[in-house]
Amino acid sequence: MLNTTITIAGVSFKNPVMTASGTFGSGMEYAEFVDLNSLGAVVTKGVANVPWEGNPTPRVQETYGGMLNAIGLQNPGIDVFIERDIPFLKQYDTRIIVNVCGRSVSDYVEVVEKLSDQPVDMLEINVSCPNVKHGGIAFGQDPKCLADITREIKAKAKQPIIMKLSPNVTDITEMAKAAEAAGSDAISLINTITGMKIDIHRRTFALANKTGGLSGPAIKPVAVRMVYQAANAVKIPVIGMGGIATAEDAIEFMLAGATGVAVGAMNFVNPYTTAEVAKGIEDYMRQYGIENLSDIIGTVV
Amino acid sequence: MEQKRKEAASVYKQQQIAPGIYDMWINTTLARQAKPGQFISVYTQDQSALLPRPISICETDTANDRLRIVYRVAGKGTLEFSRYEAGCRVDILGTLGNGFPLEKAAGKRVFLMGGGIGIPPMLALAKEMKSVSAVSVDVIAGYRDRALFLSEDLAKYAPVHVATEDGSVGTKGNVMNVIEAEGLEADVIFACGPMPMLRAIRQYAAQKNIEAYISLEERMACGVGACLGCVVRTRDVDHHSHVNNARICTDGPVYEAQEVEI
Repeated sequence: MLNTTITIAGVSFKNPVMTASGTFGSGMEYAEFVDLNSLGAVVTKGVANVPWEGNPTPRVQETYGGMLNAIGLQNPGIDVFIERDIPFLKQYDTRIIVNVCGRSVSDYVEVVEKLSDQPVDMLEINVSCPNVKHGGIAFGQDPKCLADITREIKAKAKQPIIMKLSPNVTDITEMAKAAEAAGSDAISLINTITGMKIDIHRRTFALANKTGGLSGPAIKPVAVRMVYQAANAVKIPVIGMGGIATAEDAIEFMLAGATGVAVGAMNFVNPYTTAEVAKGIEDYMRQYGIENLSDIIGTVV
Repeated sequence: MEQKRKEAASVYKQQQIAPGIYDMWINTTLARQAKPGQFISVYTQDQSALLPRPISICETDTANDRLRIVYRVAGKGTLEFSRYEAGCRVDILGTLGNGFPLEKAAGKRVFLMGGGIGIPPMLALAKEMKSVSAVSVDVIAGYRDRALFLSEDLAKYAPVHVATEDGSVGTKGNVMNVIEAEGLEADVIFACGPMPMLRAIRQYAAQKNIEAYISLEERMACGVGACLGCVVRTRDVDHHSHVNNARICTDGPVYEAQEVEI
């Protein structure tokens, strides 16, 4: 009997496969392709205290083996989210992790407080979106700011919190330790890597926002390295992501130290990716006679 | 029932029908659910180019489960597609988008306006106009030059009025120049083409106080409404996003012209 269960901050997941925030909506659009019951968790698109319009278009561009996005955290606001998205997800036997974004600490706290009596399992705090000015990014690139906001949110949150870290820092271990010391229950990484593309024919920036976040298979080695470093720097669980396309990729992140794994940009390339990764992990376990998936976490040191 | 799916389909046949313009028939049962104005996402086999290319459906042959796309080679993805031969695998996701509201043509004089690579979806529309009891149908097609791709196909269903940018055939200029030069009139417009053309149609429709349904284009990633990459500013607060942004891949690509800020 294969045991794919993993546990993060006391919450158990039927398997480690999650969706990376912003690549899966709240699951509605992909429920047509994937049985959401087959996933460990759905991590929702970032939600703020009020609706956000996001950035002008073009918001997405393809790059070699990846893509740039500068959506700007467009979202309908927490009230609509509670009324519409949570009831939708509650129809499924999967964990619900709500990604929370804001422009100020009080924005985040307002969302977290509104979610306090909601049936959600964990909160992922987005302090690392590179595409929003005056947004979370400032909180995610300075260890003191990160610690401060982590502490404030942790004090108000009823559910365990996951601080989502930016790769756009000099030393990821410093950030991971700051989140842990301030009380974060887990960390997730990596958010996208800030990038740029120029249209040489029009001689303009390819994205209206000029810069965007790079994701997709092109960033996977960077993500694996950072997950490894972070996982070895802290005791709290790590959720790893960055270019995961296959079960083999997911296993790689787990060996590097990730307890959970999230599929992001590849949802856009193959809408069945999450379910295929979940199934492929079981194939890997059979191939190597692994009974408990959690046994492999962080075993490459 | 209409359901989106991604599948490995195969090319039935493909040919170049104008410089840089390719005409591909694909074997797929998705043809059965395709509506005029919908599109499919086509994926490259080259894994360095990850995102699908959204391409409008030109027409379908439901008896044989085939779907036709006509596209312009614009980059490495479409260049790869242009090299596919009969029997080649072609990965597609469909059918996507809302399509044109055909019922709006009932009892009306209709313009089907296509500009450049916006002309292909006009063929699927032209084929359906009889079944929805349009009073009259005029196709107005704007080309760069004398390479009048699809004009013979379109002419089987409705008179085709041509504009060319270089003046080599028909009216010199664009689709708006044809309307003026030939004194054409309509009660409703269906259109697809470059943004300047759609803006001109939006303005024309407002002046004439008629409805115009325009098909928009934007850089897309997922194609299914999740990533929020391809949005358009809307006059009203969108029912899904709760801001003045609608998703072109899902809520569109066809909008009544006055509902969008383009």
